[in-house]
Amino acid sequence: MTMNLAKEEQGDMPEPQPAGGVAKMTARDVRVFYGAKEALHGVDCDIMENEVLALIGPSGCGKSTFLRCLNRMNDTIDVARVEGTITLDGRDIYHRSLDVVQLRARVGMVFQKPNPFPKSIYDNIAYGPRIHGLVGHKDELDGIVQSSLERAGLWEEVKDRLAEPGTGLSGGQQQRLCIARCVAVSPEVILMDEPCSALDPIATAHIEELIDELRENYTIVIVTHNMQQAARVSQKTAFFHLGDLVEHNNTEQIFTNPRDDRTQGYITGRYG
Amino acid sequence: MNVFLIIAIFLVFSAFAYRKGTQKALATAGRDGVAVLHSRPGYYGTYLALWCGLPAVLVLGLWMVLEPLIVQQVVIGSLPDDVRALGGDDFNLILTTIQILARGGPQPSNVQPYMVDAAARINDLAAIGRWAMFAVMLSVAIFGFAYAQRLIAPSLRARNRVEQVIKYLLIICSCVAIFTTIGIVLSVLFESLHFFSMVPPQDFFFHTVWDPGFPREDADNAANDFGLVPLLWGTIFISFIAMMVAGPIGLLAAVYLSEYARGQVRAVAKPLLEILAGIPTVVYGFFALVTVGPALRDFGLTVGLDIQASSALTAGLVMGIMIIPFVSSLSDDIISQVPRSLRDGSYGLGATRSETIKKVVFPAALPGIVGGLLLAVSRAFGETMIVVMAVGAAANLTANPFESVTTVTVMIVKQLTGDTEFGSPQTLVAFALGLTLFVITLCLNIIALYVVRKYREQYE
Ligand SMILES: Nc1ncnc2c1ncn2[C@@H]1O[C@H](COP(=O)(O)OP(=O)(O)OP(=O)(O)O)[C@@H](O)[C@H]1O
Ligand SMILES: [Mg+2]
Repeated sequence: MTMNLAKEEQGDMPEPQPAGGVAKMTARDVRVFYGAKEALHGVDCDIMENEVLALIGPSGCGKSTFLRCLNRMNDTIDVARVEGTITLDGRDIYHRSLDVVQLRARVGMVFQKPNPFPKSIYDNIAYGPRIHGLVGHKDELDGIVQSSLERAGLWEEVKDRLAEPGTGLSGGQQQRLCIARCVAVSPEVILMDEPCSALDPIATAHIEELIDELRENYTIVIVTHNMQQAARVSQKTAFFHLGDLVEHNNTEQIFTNPRDDRTQGYITGRYG
Repeated sequence: MNVFLIIAIFLVFSAFAYRKGTQKALATAGRDGVAVLHSRPGYYGTYLALWCGLPAVLVLGLWMVLEPLIVQQVVIGSLPDDVRALGGDDFNLILTTIQILARGGPQPSNVQPYMVDAAARINDLAAIGRWAMFAVMLSVAIFGFAYAQRLIAPSLRARNRVEQVIKYLLIICSCVAIFTTIGIVLSVLFESLHFFSMVPPQDFFFHTVWDPGFPREDADNAANDFGLVPLLWGTIFISFIAMMVAGPIGLLAAVYLSEYARGQVRAVAKPLLEILAGIPTVVYGFFALVTVGPALRDFGLTVGLDIQASSALTAGLVMGIMIIPFVSSLSDDIISQVPRSLRDGSYGLGATRSETIKKVVFPAALPGIVGGLLLAVSRAFGETMIVVMAVGAAANLTANPFESVTTVTVMIVKQLTGDTEFGSPQTLVAFALGLTLFVITLCLNIIALYVVRKYREQYE
């Protein structure tokens, strides 16, 4: 925290894991308080560029809380207070000079329950680009809408009904709409909080494929309760337990040879 | 014998029946204990008490309705033949005089000896009637008690029976509300039709002059002007000014309360606003009369405008202030109903708070807010006291907010409180005005409810 000023310049942070790529985001000693209650007890974690990080752990262990720290969504909760340092490309995102609104444009979020706006499909996607003034012409906007929907694998299904309300889509389509809406702002990092928990296996498979494709251009952090899903889509996995980050390693390592007993217990289904 | 005394006696009797029923149930259960009873002992007590009290109350109700009618028939029968031969208004007048005499009120003029006799007869009959009623009630209650007491046995489903009775009581209560409304509407409707038989509807609805004058035997009533237009215009005009004040302020206050205010501020401000909604309108009227009106006039003097102290603007402003809490508390509820997930979605895309409100929360809440505003408008339409005190009753047809206008409700009050004869068009016009107002506010409310319901469906 005392290094805030120095952190203004890029690359000043110590590189924690030099091997295997660049850290897109880093968290150091992150603590979160809800009122007087501490929900995260000092989490250290690096998120590598163009990788998928899966957050797993029993209910109430602080996965969503950590995820919300990464784009400062905790700011919208009155009682929440965040301590510690989180950086994006080496810059402290909790620094006074940082613009939250721009941060959230760079670090987008997809929520557990699909939450399309009660507007047309087109307007749902166009919402972000419009408020950020990313586009000049209608043509440009049309282009963004189409490419975002294509990326989210939804274009073929909705291209003839762009003017219909987004709330009229099925649950799985709505979730892909929300992903497309997020992609439309061209964020660098996408945070997903249990994006498939309300979906059937087919829609889930669809979104998992999508995540794998998105990885080429984006860094992704996903919270999931589904071990197979974590194993399928992620390169790194972090196991949380009671507000602590217990183990953070390559996904393969975690699922085949966990170092901590608690991790072992959780992934083999002994508790959680 | 006083009706309240009778009711009290029967309450005591029912309480006694309750105890008896409970005891009897326990006694029939005997050694096996409460477990063999179908219902808890208290239900048997209630069952007995209901059998005891309800029939008696029914008798009471019927008696109160029928007795005066019967007594009247008897008294009419005993009047001298030449009086009975009289018809119409004269005869009614005589009956009224007799009733006043019977009640012992101030001595009416023109009292004949036969009237005094008839009044005495009424009083005699009423006294006998009371005692007879008490006797009938008592026997009904005792019969009910005896009958129901014999039924009490462990297998009696007292709980279900009591439930049935409660259901019917509730139905009766809601029927009372519905039927009184229907009754009021019908009576207004018939009086209006009566009015329209004297003044042609097109004169009422389309004339632009309101000058009902005074009823005169000799004059042709149709010569007076019963033009609705200036009144309706005044109502709409003042309501419009009020909504111009209350709409934006109320809405913005609601947005502040639901989106910006911290928990503590909200905890204080919201109840405070709701208390404001409870201030009697006559207090606002007072405020309009002594403060706002003169202040506006003085302000007009300093800027060179001719503002009357009792102007449409005064009434509109004060009425707007009165409606602010109504608008803000309704819209606050509706804005708070917009799910948090929608806001999160917007924040998550990097929208600021005001962008989120403008582009997501407000459009989502808009139908509900429109419904709330329409309800507020119908309140403004019905408001009387503030207008009476702020502008008075000058029925001008003007679009100048600095002059005085008046509203439909004010005219209803004025026409009905005068010293005029009831059957004259000057009085009956009040019913036609009331009917018009009723239809307008009814339409507004139906539209508002429809819009609000439609909006509700979106999230459920
Ligand atoms: N808005 C809040 N106010 C107070 N406490 C909260 C709030 N949100 C979360 N918490 C607390 O913080 C802790 C972590 O919650 P969090 O939502 O991060 O868990 P989670 O790991 O996402 O659980 P789940 O898997 O059930 O979603 C919990 O004990 C929870 O009670
Ligand atoms: Mg969670």
